[in-house]
Amino acid sequence: MKCELNQNGGELTAALYGEIDQHCADEIREQIDRELDIKNIFSLIIDLKNVGFMDSSGLGLIMGRYKKIKARGGKMKIVGLTPKTDRLLEMSGIKKLIDKE
Amino acid sequence: MKNYMKLEIPSKSVNEAFARAAVGAFAAQTDLNVEELADIKTSVSEAVTNSIIHGYRNERGIIYIECGLSEKDGKCMIEVTVRDEGCGIADIEKAMEPLFTTAADEERSGMGFTVMQSFMDSLKVTSEPGTGTTVTMTKQIGVGADD
Repeated sequence: MKCELNQNGGELTAALYGEIDQHCADEIREQIDRELDIKNIFSLIIDLKNVGFMDSSGLGLIMGRYKKIKARGGKMKIVGLTPKTDRLLEMSGIKKLIDKE
Repeated sequence: MKNYMKLEIPSKSVNEAFARAAVGAFAAQTDLNVEELADIKTSVSEAVTNSIIHGYRNERGIIYIECGLSEKDGKCMIEVTVRDEGCGIADIEKAMEPLFTTAADEERSGMGFTVMQSFMDSLKVTSEPGTGTTVTMTKQIGVGADD
């Protein structure tokens, strides 16, 4: 399993695991979006603590979820950044837009 | 240290992980640190993903990967070439712009070439529409940040 979802009221936490690339990005996207679409989620937390590898497909996934939650007036936060994932997010400019811990 | 390897894989997304692991395993014979290894693996992942999604547009094709190790000024240098015989890139300059993507509706970040450029020392892209694309990247080992 690459993505574990936990809902707490209007807050959804998506904990990602392992290696995030284009091969698994679609499935994770569908998993998260299914929850976003059927439940009244206004806060999305993406936890990257257990991500050992991520490339720009993971960035696309994060940027896409940010747009989606933003479009409905919600907010997104990224937690568990490692130096590697942090560098990628920094590069894309999305870091400035998202809350992180 | 002179060495090389060649790899041929079908353009299946499941092979992205294999390709970067294989190149990483080859590179591991040098005294590279964890950061350098991660940079190389990420760059390979980007190039291979590009070939699968953009080069072959998710159709079947073959991706050719070549790695070479050489020595320059007493430092080890790795060169990685990822080649496809896919649709090619009409405007390479445009394709290499940060955040530019031809597949925005598929939620591509448009950061693939930018990542390769930042993580490697040099990046060369040659392409011809209808013929394919070759990405050549080099990185000197043991000059980056300490482990």
